[in-house]
Parts: sequence; structure tokens; C-alpha cells
Amino acid sequence: MSWLLVLPIAIPMATAVLALLVRKQHIMERYVSAGGGAALFVATVVLLAAVWQDGTLVGRMGNWPPPFGIVLVADLFSAVMVLIAGLTGLLIVIFALATVDVERERFAFHSFYHILLGGVCGAFLTGDVFNLYVWFEVMLISSFALIALGGEKAQLDGAVKYAAINLVSTILFLTSIGLLYGATGTLNMAELNQAVRAVENQGLIDAIAIMFLIAFGIKAAVFPLFFWLPASYHTPPVAVTAIFAALMTKVGVYALFRMFTLVFTNDLALTHTVMLVVAALTMITGVLGAAAHTDIRRILSFHIVSQIGYMVLGLALFTPLALVGGVFYLIHHIIVKANLFLIGGVIKRVAGSFDLNRLGGLYLSHPVLAVMFLIPAFSLAGFPPLSGFWAKLILIKASLDLEEYLIAGVALVVGLLTIYSMTKIWIQAFWKPLPADGAPAGPAPLSGFERVALYTPIIVMCAVTVTIGIWVEPFFVFAERAAQELIEPAGYVAAVLGGGPR
Amino acid sequence: MAERGGESRGQVPGWAFVLLSLAGVVFALTLVPRVASGEVLRVAIPWLPSFGVQFSFFVDGLSLLFALLITGIGVFIGLYARAYMHGHAQTGAFFCYLIFFQASMLGLVLADNIITLFVFWELTTVSSFLLIGFDHASEKARRNAWQALLVTGAGGLALLAGLLLLAQAGGSMELSELMTAESGVQEHPLYLGILVLILLGAFTKSAQVPFHFWLPNAMAAPTPVSAYLHSATMVKAGIYLLARVHPSLSGTPEWIWTLTIFGAVTAVWASIVAMRQTDLKLALAYTTVMALGTLTMFLGSEAHIAITAAMTFLVVHCLYKSALFMVIGIIDHETGTREVDRLGGLFRAMPITAVAAAAAAFSMAGFPPFLGFIGKELKYEGALAVASEPLLVAGAAIAANALMVGLAAVVAIRPFYGAPRTYDRTPHRPPFGMWIGPVFMALLGLTFGVGPEYVGNLLINPAANAVAGIQKDVKFALWHGVNIPLMMSILTVALGVAVFIFSDTLRRWLASALGHLLTGDEAYDGVKGAILKLADVQTAILQNGSLRRYLFVVFAVTAAGVGGTLIAEGGMAWPALWPDVPIYEWAIVVLIAAGAVVPMAARSRLAGICGLGTVGSGVALIFLIYGAPDVAKTQLLVEVLFVVMISVVFLKLPRFAETTHPPKRGRLGDLTLAAISGGVMTLMTLAVLDTPLNDHLTKYFEANSVPGGQGGNIVNVILVDFRALDTFGEIVVVAVAALGAFGLIKLRSTRAGGS
Repeated sequence: MSWLLVLPIAIPMATAVLALLVRKQHIMERYVSAGGGAALFVATVVLLAAVWQDGTLVGRMGNWPPPFGIVLVADLFSAVMVLIAGLTGLLIVIFALATVDVERERFAFHSFYHILLGGVCGAFLTGDVFNLYVWFEVMLISSFALIALGGEKAQLDGAVKYAAINLVSTILFLTSIGLLYGATGTLNMAELNQAVRAVENQGLIDAIAIMFLIAFGIKAAVFPLFFWLPASYHTPPVAVTAIFAALMTKVGVYALFRMFTLVFTNDLALTHTVMLVVAALTMITGVLGAAAHTDIRRILSFHIVSQIGYMVLGLALFTPLALVGGVFYLIHHIIVKANLFLIGGVIKRVAGSFDLNRLGGLYLSHPVLAVMFLIPAFSLAGFPPLSGFWAKLILIKASLDLEEYLIAGVALVVGLLTIYSMTKIWIQAFWKPLPADGAPAGPAPLSGFERVALYTPIIVMCAVTVTIGIWVEPFFVFAERAAQELIEPAGYVAAVLGGGPR
Repeated sequence: MAERGGESRGQVPGWAFVLLSLAGVVFALTLVPRVASGEVLRVAIPWLPSFGVQFSFFVDGLSLLFALLITGIGVFIGLYARAYMHGHAQTGAFFCYLIFFQASMLGLVLADNIITLFVFWELTTVSSFLLIGFDHASEKARRNAWQALLVTGAGGLALLAGLLLLAQAGGSMELSELMTAESGVQEHPLYLGILVLILLGAFTKSAQVPFHFWLPNAMAAPTPVSAYLHSATMVKAGIYLLARVHPSLSGTPEWIWTLTIFGAVTAVWASIVAMRQTDLKLALAYTTVMALGTLTMFLGSEAHIAITAAMTFLVVHCLYKSALFMVIGIIDHETGTREVDRLGGLFRAMPITAVAAAAAAFSMAGFPPFLGFIGKELKYEGALAVASEPLLVAGAAIAANALMVGLAAVVAIRPFYGAPRTYDRTPHRPPFGMWIGPVFMALLGLTFGVGPEYVGNLLINPAANAVAGIQKDVKFALWHGVNIPLMMSILTVALGVAVFIFSDTLRRWLASALGHLLTGDEAYDGVKGAILKLADVQTAILQNGSLRRYLFVVFAVTAAGVGGTLIAEGGMAWPALWPDVPIYEWAIVVLIAAGAVVPMAARSRLAGICGLGTVGSGVALIFLIYGAPDVAKTQLLVEVLFVVMISVVFLKLPRFAETTHPPKRGRLGDLTLAAISGGVMTLMTLAVLDTPLNDHLTKYFEANSVPGGQGGNIVNVILVDFRALDTFGEIVVVAVAALGAFGLIKLRSTRAGGS
């Protein structure tokens, strides 16, 4: 079954190469790209189904037994992250077909895009901490190519900040790995689970854990390490921002979840308390940053930061319910945030601007878009009965259960400020009449192809948001099982090291 | 054309709303006998059972009373709105929102599970937002819709926390169980917190001082919305909640005093401010606030009679207030103004409306034989029965009621009588759909007043019993004989007439007296402004656009976090055996250190790069000495290539000092941070070196390299076999870097060439 584990990496890589080969035939390249996205999605669905059915899957690369070779591991958490990556990857590539200009496509946009997806899937699937670093590098370089491609001035400014700070994260990550290997003698995550406990100098392990926390914290964009995100996310084409918003920070969050449930659980009082403080400050600073802006992309970018705080909160509280909330939040957030960026892209396409001061009147001119905006926006703000409501509800309940009233209060107040930001966009872009000095009306009316390519991803994601909101039980049960696997890593360890059949 | 299209689209949702409401009324009425006999109906569908959430509903006296008011008034609001919105382009959307609201409101009052209740609670907030802002081209409508959303939304979040804690303390998520079981919430250590949070939710929703300001502002909505949401139904949601949690939370001094004081202050304050208004719709809005305060005040009490008074007044208020709002809407519709000074003599043009208005006003003023009279008598009786502070409650009730009498006259008498005025349009009789509502409501007020037994026994008593948690039926009658409440009524009327006569003077006086007080509205702007200011300041500090600052913070956090942890957790360790370092190794160390200093001090790029090259070469020497010649070779190659290539690139760049040379200021800080960061890394490395290396991987690689990997060079076998996936990833990285650079350069040059 291990071939199932390889597919989410192999398909995007193959797609990237194929797209590169046919890039002279423009139409062909686009078919390849969309087809590759679809194939990846199918593969991820099959993978998740297999994991749900048979439990954690382990694939030995090169057939070397762990911990000596590299293993790919899919527990439920990994599998669902891969699935979400596959889903958003497919939907956003459809959107990209109608929005990314031909020149960018000619210079390997689609190849970079799929390599990014492959890197993301690799990061979700690997069971080896150095291999995780390699996938981080793959993501970093391909995302840098995507963010810089086109070479507009603002883009390059953003790209430089993006690359500089992320390189620091990468170096910190690599250093941490070296130190951890020196202390424990292994890179295999499952083996690390016990190995870190066997180290006599636990103070050293604590310091290494904090170093990992900082390295992943930069990736995940938590306070006070998030600068690169609001500095760069508003510069590239919307499809790029959307896939970044959906997946890039979430890889950092995933890595935090993985390392701080599987490996670094030996000093919860230190690591997870730090995370709790970080979570609170991230929520607050992010949401305030959003309140200070009027560019839709910047508002949404700061909200990514703020929302990351909620996910980290789930990990920091470290109870079964809190982890359920964290997993649930991740799934919900990826869909909703990608969707909001896509809607922002449609607004730009039809109204010619991202700036709320220059927008208006969309409620009357684009009623369908208005409804489509309200769903993810109100979901993000936590209004019931949408996905975001349940995500917040679970986390707040988990905080209250632990008598962490302050953090519960922060989560609630930040929710109110999120409502503020989302309704600000609604009021300014949709309700307000178009101001006299507003943006000129969009260049040309949408073509039939554009209509399909722009709206299909948005509608699908809206449907997912509503489905999670209404039919929430199966998603909760799923998150519960995934969280159970995280909080009791013995199953994961046994699947990798226990000499199971695979 | 477009407008007409909109109109015909609006027909279907409009009728749908009326018929849905009617169906709701009929269904609710069929439940009346069963509920009146004490039965509680329940239905539950699992929603999120793993979390204790059920989509569950129950019908007792309280919820049935609310359900009847929501659907019953909905029928007439529907008819009214069809005429009122006639010709508006977005009638269809309007009625869709209205249906959405009604369903949410019904869900709220029927919900059993606290989460279900909260879901509908928030949905009423959302639908109210959409309806207040319906006239979205108006700046005022947008602002006020937003204000209502944020104020009630804030309360909603507090409520959520309160409900979750309530469920935790009471051991159930079902309201029906929380109420009946001896929940013991009052003895729970969290009782005070629960109470405050739930009251925040209820007080914001039901517009208690100091959160009342959003409600008058919500009058920016079309009049049918004001009549329906913001007088009869949605604003009563907070009252409903107070009544609903009454059995489990009431009776403590905290409950009694909070509700009594907030309610009394709200009632009196709102009726004073109402007197000041010249816009009839605003005046009515403030009287709604007054009514909400009164209801809160009476729900503060434990006395059964006080609760009965509250339930009666609830019905009275819904009937007369929706009628009067519709009347004001008619006047506005027909004359184009709602200013009391500009109105008069309309009786001739719209006699039916005038009579309905008068009847509603009599009920509002509490004159017999209207239901309002019974409501007022019960209020006074209830006030006197309040054990702790009867004088406060009775005084507040009399003051508020006297002002009500005066206002009722101002609203319902003055526009219709006196000298006819000239208006922008010629007023004539409103269409049937518009006047039928007020007439029916007024008739109901009269019927219930003349024969109060039915409504009393079938609706009000069951509701009051549900709230009080005990079975005790009050006998409803119009005439109770000469008693203290009657005396109080007479006093009220006398005061009220005086208020009416001197209403203009009073208004002027109030306007000058209240002119400079801080209003809740200004406080809202102040708080909002302060938060936005904070956001601006914070963002300007944190996200100031300087990469240098960002990197400084990142390194500072790393050094402090990692170094601090290492020291605080006692992780520092020196290798036990300090190795005997020969002199040439020290020389290499000095070389590396010197190489690191050069780029910092260098005035040209080339010197800086050469310095870095020295560092790399020094590291390569160390590899060489410690037995890794292949790694050393690679490292040297990379260093040489790097220096050569970068030097070539530099030929194309402007002079160093002109571009990126860092300012003098802050360099000392940078240097210190760099030194600390390096020190922390050194400490970490030393601590790691102190722990014995577990070399089971190395041993495995040594043993399996030849038999398993078919290669004598272990490093090579690791790269291409043991850890081939890593190598694959790195190859991808290199390929992407090359492609990306190609694209970056080519795409720019083609663009530059093209333009």
C-alpha cells in the first residue's frame, strides 16, 4: 500500500515536469496542470479512505527499515491535511487558469505551482525530521519562484522579505535538527518520541524544543515572527496568494502539531505554556492589524495571522477536546481563507480594485458574489451555523474546561473584531454605493470560461463550508479520532517502528 | 422595466412570508390547549451528539406565547410590508430576509439545547443586520446596521461563554433539564460569572442602558422592520432569555438588584429621552426601550404576580407598539414626514387609521377597558409585591407610565386632530394591507381587555408559571375593585395628562438639560475609535516595512528564547574532556572569526564576499582535519564558485555605499545581538557535545552500505540510497531555483522590451 503514500508527492512532481515539457503548447500545458490537480485530488481521497479504513499507513522509501531509511507516514491528521491540500490545489489551479497571465504561464507558473503542492504533501507525509526540512526547502524555493515571477516592483519587495525571513527559519530548523540529532542520534520522528525522553540533559531538549518552536513559528506566522506574511502576501497574483494562504502557514502549524504531540511532550509546562501566550498575542495582533487596513488582501493576510493563533491555541491547551478544536480549525480555515482570497480576486477582476475606499455597489451589481462572500466571511467570523462557529465553539469550550478564562475571553473578543473586519469589507465593497473617485468599472464583462473558472472553486468551497456547518457530526468524529491519534502517539510509534506488516 | 421585474419577483416572497406566518399561527394555536394544561412538548434531532449538541426544541407556556406573538404579528407585518415596499426594486430580497429572521426568531424561542438557542440567537443578529442596512445606499443605515451588529454581536459572544459555563455548572445542555432539575447553579462557584455573561447577552440584545443606543439607531430600517424586529420580537429575545433562565438563576441578591436597577434606570431614562424626540418613530423607539426596561425590572423579582405582570405587559406592548409603528409608517408614507410639529388634522384623510391609533394609544396609556389597563394594574400590584424594594419599583413604574400616557397622546392624538397642515404629498386613505394590521392589533387589545379570562388562562398564566417554576393561576379581570393599584393608576393618568399638556415645554427643557450628556452612541464611537487607533499604532510599530527590523526581532526572539531556556532549565554543559586543541586549529578558528568580521566592516562588496569566502574555507579545513575530505572538497568548490559568480554579478550593480550600507545608528545593537546569537549557538553545541552520541544509525550504515547499498562510499550510499528521498527533494530545489531565475530574468526583460 505504500505506493498510495508516494502518489501525493509523485503526481505533482510528474505534473510539473510534464507541464514544463509542453509549455510551448499553451493549451496543452493548462490541460496538464488541471489534470494533474484532479489526479492529485483523487489520490488524496483514496489515501484518506485507506487510512480511515486500515489505520496509519507507513511506507519505507528505498525499502530501508526505519529508523535507518526515510519513512512516509499517513495517520489521519496527515491524510486529511493532504486531502485538503489536494482539494484546494485543484480548485485554485482552476481559478488560476482564468486569472494568471499567459506570460507567467509561459515561464513555468504551473510547474512551480505543482512542485509547491508536492512539497506541501511531502511535508505532511514524511515521518523523518530531516526529510521534513527538505520539503520545507522545496516549498520555500517554489513559493519564492511563484511570488517573484512577473517581477513587478512590489512583488520583488515582498519576495525579498519573504525569502529573507523564511531563510532564517530554514537555517534555524536545520540547526535544530543537527542539535537534536546530536542529542538523540536519530532523525526518525517515531523514534524521537522515546529518544528525547532518554536524554539525560532535559534542559537541552527544552532549548532545542524552543528552537523548533521558533523555526516553525516563523513558518506558521505567529507573534512576533509573522512580519514576512503581511509584507508579501498582497503582492503576487491572487491564485498564488490563495494557495499560500491555504497551505503555507498551515504547513508550519502542521509541523508544530506533529513535533509537539509526537516528540516534544516531555515538558508541557514550558513548551505549551509558551505556546498559549504566543497564541493569545497572535490572535490579538493579527486581528488588530487587519482592522488597520483597507486593502482586501492585506485585511485577509492579517486575518491569517490571527487565525493561526486559534490553531496554536488548540495545541497549547493540549487536551483531547482542544486538539479536536485545533484539527477542526485547520480544516475549516484552509477552505474558508482560500475562498476569501479567491473572492477578493473576483472583486478585483470585476471592479478593478482591492481597495475598499475605491470599491462599492457590488451588492447590486453582483448579488451572487455577495452571497458567496457572506458565507466564508461569516464563517471566518464564527457565525453559526457555519464551519467557523463550531471550530471556535470547540476551542472556547476546551479553554473553559481547563478554567483558562482569560484565553477564552481573548478568543471571543478576537472573534468580535473578526466580525468587524468581515462586515467592514461587506459594507464598503458591497453595500456602499460606488464612490465618485472609485475604481473604473472592470475592463471587460466576464467571458463564459471566466465565469466557470472563477465561480466554480468559490461555489465548491462555499458548499464545503456550509456542509461542515450543517452536517458537523462526521467532521467532529473524524477530528476526534485524528486528535486521539495525536495525543496518544503510541499508535503512530508502533506503526512505524513496531515491525508491522508494511 | 427593472423595477417592475423586481416588483413581480417580490410578490412570491411577500406572500410566502404572510402564509408562512399564518401557518405558524394556526399551528401554534392548536398547541395552546395542550400547553395550557401543563404539557411540555419536546422534539430532538441529534446534531453534534459527540459534543452534546442536539437540534432540540420544546414548547412550554413561555415559548408558545412568544411563538404566537412572532407569527401572529408576522402575518400583519407581512401584509403591511407588501403595501409599504410596493415599487421597491429589492422587495424579493427584503421578504427573504424577513422570512430568515422569522425562522431564526422562532428557533430561538423554541430551542431546548443551549447551542441551538445560541445558533438562532446569532442568526437573529445577522438577519437584523441585513434588515437595518436594507436601505444600504444610505450612510446612516449602513452605520447603524453595523453598530447593532457589533453591539449585539459582542453580547452574543458573552452569552456563548455564559451558556457554556451554565451547562457545565448545571450538568446539562438542555434548557428544559437545566430548569427542572435542582440544577444547583446558584451555589456553583461560577454563578456570578455565568450571571454576568448571560446578562451581557440579554442586556445588549434587549437594549438596556447603557447598551440601549443601538435600538433607536436601528430605526434606519424600513418601518415594517422597526415594527416587527425592533419593537415586537427581536428585542424581546433578551427578555425571553431572562425569563428562560429565571428558574435556575433568579432569586439571588445579585440577580434581583442587577435586574431591578438596570431595568428601572432603563425604563425611566428611556421615557424621559422619548419625551424629547420630535421624530415620532424615534419617540416610539425610546418607548420600546422603556418597555424593555420595565420587563427586565419585573423579571428581577421572584414574586409570581410580578412575573405575571411582566408577561401581561409583554403581550400588551407587542400589540400596541406594532400597531403604533405601523401607524407612524402610514403617516410617513402618506405625508412624507414624521416630525410631530409638522403633523396635524389627518383624521379626515384616514379615519380608520386614526381610530386604530387612538385605541392602541389607550392601551399604551393603560386606560380601561383595554388590555393595557389590566397590564398596568398588574404591574402596580406586582411592584408592591416586590419584597426587597417595592418603593423603587413602584416609583419607577409610575414615573415611566405617566410619561407613557403623555407620549401615547403625542403619538396617536396630535397627528390626527387640530388644524390640518400642508404636506409634500396629499394624504389619503392608506391601502387595506397597511391599515388592517393596526386595526386588528387595536381590536385585540380591546377584546383581551374586555374579556381577559381567555388570554389570561390560556397564554399568560402558562407563560408566567413556566417562568416562575410554580403553578399558580392569577385571575384576570378588568375590575379589581378600589384598591391601591387603582389609586396609583389614577395618579398616573393625572400626571400623564399634565405631561401631554406641557409636552412642548417639557421637550424644550429636556433638550437643553440633556444636550451635553455623553450618549451611548458617542461612547460607541469613542470605543471603536480607540480600538482603531490602537490597531493603527500597533501595526505601525510591528509592521513598519523595514526588513532590518524584522530580522532583528527574529534573531532577538531566537537568542532570548533558546538561550533563556537553556540557562533557566539548567541545560548548560561543558564537555567533560576538554579536547587538546593543537595550535593550527586555533589558527583556523581565528581565521574564521576574522572572516566573519570583514563583511561587517567592509566598505566594498567584494571585500565582504571575500571575507565570507574565508569563513567557508575555514570550515572546509575543519572538515578536512576531522576526516571528511569529500565534504571538505564540496564545501571548497561551493565557496570558490560562490565568490566568483557573485563577483561577476557585482560588476553590474551600483556602488555598495549608495544602496544597502546600513546606517551607523543601531549598528552597535546589531553587533551585540549577533554576538549573543553566536554565543547561544555555541552554548547549545557544547551542551550537545556533552551528551554521548547514539551511533546506531552510523553503525547500521557501516554494516549495510556494501551488502545492501552496493557502495563502498558510505556518504554516497546515504545520499543515493538510504536517504534518496532527501536527495530527490534537493534536486527539485536546484531545478526550481534555476527555472525561477530564468523566468525572473526573462519575463522582466520581455516585459521591458515590450513596453
